[in-house]
Amino acid sequence: MFHHRASIVRSFVAVALAVTTVHAAQAGRVSVAVAANFTAPMQKIAAAFEADTGHQAELSFGATGKFYAQITHGAPFQVLLSADDTTAARLEKEGKAVARTRFTYAIGTLVLWSAQPGYVDAQGAVLRTGDFKHLAIANPKLAPYGAAAAQVMDKLGVAGAVQPRLVQGENIAQTFQFVSTGNAQLGFVALSQVTADGKIRAGSAWQVPASLHDPIRQEAVLLSPGKDSAAAAALLTYLRSGKAQAILQSYGYSF
Amino acid sequence: MPFSQADLAAIGLTLRLAGTTMVLLLVLCTPLAWWLAHTSSRWRGPVSAVVALPLVLPPTVIGFYLLVTLGPSGPLGQFMQWLGLPTLPFTFWGLVVGSLIYSLPFAVQPLQHAFEAIGQRPLEAAATLGAGPIDRFFTVALPLARPGFITAAILSFAHTVGEFGVVLMLGGNIPGVTRVVSVQIYDHVEALEYAHAHWLAGGMVLFSFAVLLGLSLASRRSGTLVQ
Repeated sequence: MFHHRASIVRSFVAVALAVTTVHAAQAGRVSVAVAANFTAPMQKIAAAFEADTGHQAELSFGATGKFYAQITHGAPFQVLLSADDTTAARLEKEGKAVARTRFTYAIGTLVLWSAQPGYVDAQGAVLRTGDFKHLAIANPKLAPYGAAAAQVMDKLGVAGAVQPRLVQGENIAQTFQFVSTGNAQLGFVALSQVTADGKIRAGSAWQVPASLHDPIRQEAVLLSPGKDSAAAAALLTYLRSGKAQAILQSYGYSF
Repeated sequence: MPFSQADLAAIGLTLRLAGTTMVLLLVLCTPLAWWLAHTSSRWRGPVSAVVALPLVLPPTVIGFYLLVTLGPSGPLGQFMQWLGLPTLPFTFWGLVVGSLIYSLPFAVQPLQHAFEAIGQRPLEAAATLGAGPIDRFFTVALPLARPGFITAAILSFAHTVGEFGVVLMLGGNIPGVTRVVSVQIYDHVEALEYAHAHWLAGGMVLFSFAVLLGLSLASRRSGTLVQ
């Protein structure tokens, strides 16, 4: 009797072990550091990724510069979706990212946006003529969308006139918050933050022509902690799939 | 030179913000703390709880609600506009309002405890000697509560210097207007300028240590005075 019970226990343990091993091989978790501007599309892509592959993506959103600091100090992120085309290369050079896994997953679109309908015109002339008190941009030192916004204002020759009215968000998410609460009458944000299904959700916007600033190339890279993760590799492949790219496009990114 | 021009501007601004907040808090909190120390009203509990809220709320919550309510479409923002005044976010006075709320318990609670410690007896004694209520407050209660005032002043000043989340949400990072030291440190770290960050951050540690050491010495000395 005792022997019988022990063998049952043994076989249970064996089955349980087998199940967990199979489970681990098939469906893994991948922890992803995601640039703030890519929050909305990435949530959608992650949901599709989980449904299609069974892997789970754990997303952390924030500023690329902060992620850089965290990753160089041992943060366990496996994949970085950055907001620029320098951070991933730097991590690769410093041995924190896996070589030759870097690629541009999205090219961002800058938009001048106001929560007020009819405030921003289709040519962005409001930058010259507007009676606004505050214009919000992301900190150009830290955020690629902020650097692009500064280039646009330089090119249009309004940088000097606008300077005293600038307020800066630490990242593009905070910049959006300043404008959406009406505290800044308008601001340069990411198109992805103000569109849904290819249309501006609320307020008024001018989609800034790409010729007015350097392209906002957003690079993804496999980080060292994700080197042997099947889920991480699958996510990077998935980002290049037709399904992911359709989601990207619906948020105003190109690739 | 370890500090850049921008760093010095941030330090100056931070001291101005903390000083303004401290003075206003001492003025505003004295009657509030006096009332809390002496009232038997049923509002005492709720008011104490509201005063203590900033101790437990994340600064981002305070900052976010201030941004929304002080903004042009928020109730306080609309009231300001109705008065013909500018809205407060992205201004120095906006930060002062945020700091008053953020540091409120650090001023109220030491004062309240000081007033409570005095008790009724010295005040009653003064009353029998013919002192009116205002006279009693200024010549008896205020001098006896001096340790409480010193603690309240130091803590509200230091706590405002250490403020970050509220300023970040409400300030807009404008040099010389809303870019305080903590935000400047954050910017240095984010931009990977760690050497600059170290100078300011190390300075902050030394400053905070000196303040708390001073507080401890001051409380010991005034403690012996009272005895």
